[in-house]
Amino acid sequence: MDLRGKKVILHDNSLRDGMHPKRHQITLQQMIDVAKGLDAAGVPLIEITHGDGLGGASVNYGFPLHSDEEYLRGVIPHLKKAKVSALLLPGMGTVEHLHMARDCGVSTIRIATHCTEADVAEQHIREARKLGMDTVTFLMMAHMNDPAGLASQAKLMESYGAQCIYCTDSAGYLLPDDVTARVRLMRETLHPDTQIGFHGHHNLAMGVANSLAAIEAGAVRIDGSAAGLGAGAGNTPLEVLAAVLERMGVHTGIDVFKLIDVAEDLIVPMLDQQVRVDRDSLTLGYAGVYSSFLLFAQRAGKKYQVSPVDILIEMGRLKAVGGQEDLIEEVAQTLATAKAKKSAVA
Amino acid sequence: MPHINVALIGSGNIGTDLLIKALRSTCIKPVWMVGVDPESDGLKRAQSLGLKTTAAGLEGLLPHLVTDHIQIAFDATSAYVHAEHAPILRAHGVVAIDLTPAAIGPFCVPPVNLAEHVGKGEMNVNMVTCGGQATIPIVAAVSRVQPVDYAEIVATVASRSAGPGTRKNIDEFTRTTAHGIERVGGAKKGKAIIILNPAEPPLIMRDTIHCLTETTPDQAKITASILAMMKEVQKYVPGYRLKHGPVFDGNRVSVSFEVEGLGDYLPVYAGNLDIMTAAALRTAEMIAQEMLTGKFNPIRSA
Repeated sequence: MDLRGKKVILHDNSLRDGMHPKRHQITLQQMIDVAKGLDAAGVPLIEITHGDGLGGASVNYGFPLHSDEEYLRGVIPHLKKAKVSALLLPGMGTVEHLHMARDCGVSTIRIATHCTEADVAEQHIREARKLGMDTVTFLMMAHMNDPAGLASQAKLMESYGAQCIYCTDSAGYLLPDDVTARVRLMRETLHPDTQIGFHGHHNLAMGVANSLAAIEAGAVRIDGSAAGLGAGAGNTPLEVLAAVLERMGVHTGIDVFKLIDVAEDLIVPMLDQQVRVDRDSLTLGYAGVYSSFLLFAQRAGKKYQVSPVDILIEMGRLKAVGGQEDLIEEVAQTLATAKAKKSAVA
Repeated sequence: MPHINVALIGSGNIGTDLLIKALRSTCIKPVWMVGVDPESDGLKRAQSLGLKTTAAGLEGLLPHLVTDHIQIAFDATSAYVHAEHAPILRAHGVVAIDLTPAAIGPFCVPPVNLAEHVGKGEMNVNMVTCGGQATIPIVAAVSRVQPVDYAEIVATVASRSAGPGTRKNIDEFTRTTAHGIERVGGAKKGKAIIILNPAEPPLIMRDTIHCLTETTPDQAKITASILAMMKEVQKYVPGYRLKHGPVFDGNRVSVSFEVEGLGDYLPVYAGNLDIMTAAALRTAEMIAQEMLTGKFNPIRSA
């Protein structure tokens, strides 16, 4: 693979996607320290929000230690070069949240819908453009739409004003050829000025490989997280990707060793549990399940004495999409009831 | 049998489902269906069912209001369009049952507060949202037992059941539902989340209600209250079923329902249509009864 001379923007998600494994409890000081470290390492874009985006604070997804506004106002003034983005999922976050984020100094908004539901983002995309924000969109759970379907959804987002559209592998299910097919068709379909991005999860350990495939097929913005801090088995480990890209002659503007230090010295000590490919997170990637279901399935598994693997596989069978955390407990209870019946018969 | 003539404005999913239900009513009679797209399935169906139709929007209906004795209009367009319609209907002495999230008139969630609307002579009543109709009764069932500091609802609906109006203005759904949770449900603070799921075959509407009570929840009383409320809703939406819970955890009360529709227009998975249209119809029938018994005589000012 020859990527020499290409330029990509690496976007850190450890302070947003990383909120999932931290149950949205990252302290303000940790946020400031990590963001300053990323800034000093030359990471151009840093996402800061509740793991489920603006307005994600809820019983359903978890209440964060601080509000989005507190985090954004607390961190942004400390940054010298890096810009800050915020995630927004229509149906949860609203245009009011968008305005709030912009007032806090957020320059890039990332508006995310399920890979078949682009049209619910129209009002948010148009408003973000009107506000002059760098307007990026996500087509989440991209494995649940075929390349042609994904490209046509991307085209819709472009028509509303999206400037960069992501193929978002929320379940960490895609393999490199799947990424190539999707990104390539998006590239062929969209206007040449519209950028393409890729957001990976490392559930099948494909984060780096998939990111390379995406770059080769035309993606110019790639998400990752320092030390991989993100939902499921984490995001593409950003320091690893930066190192690989440097060896391949791709320009990222990042100081690899400074980024490695952020991962090792700041992120790793913050972890409550290892964020890695293990039985449960591997199941997410294998079964095509939304990565942030992981901790919910583990908690429900414990409560109802069933295996999180079984819960996640059932969530995949039910074709649950991002945000359906409320279904997990019911699935766990149903499995527990079925198990009890089975053992009663036996 | 004496009846009140009504018009349906909006020929999308909600308007068409409502039409089919309204045809079964004994006290209201659907006479006009108003759309903007002559090719819409809703208008064609209305025509085949013997209604007068226009594809010229509300403008197309206005000349016929008096001659056809239209006294109630259901508006199932969109929040923005209804904001334009509301003053026009009012000036013509037509009572508006608003099925958009415009929330111009007071909220009506029949099993909770229909009785409060009796005798008020309101010219505009708002039906909150489908998610609101499916969840606010349960929030009210908890808050009538003990104070609720916070209530949050998650409505998951099949992609196919969410029409373009809902999609274009999804913020209005979350905003209006949250307000309804507070004003009608009785929670101090409300939050609403909507999720669209494109799975095939389409999934049945599913609603989760989380309440945080001010003090430790009285489990027995809350459970009984929720079950009693479910029966009230089942009177007009038979497919409203408890799926999970109530689960109690500290001050949290969580419960999930499934809403299966009657399949009048879209198939049974689209319970989100039924719960909205059945509630609107119930509200219209209450108003029609008041008109028929001479207790409510709206006056034309235009």
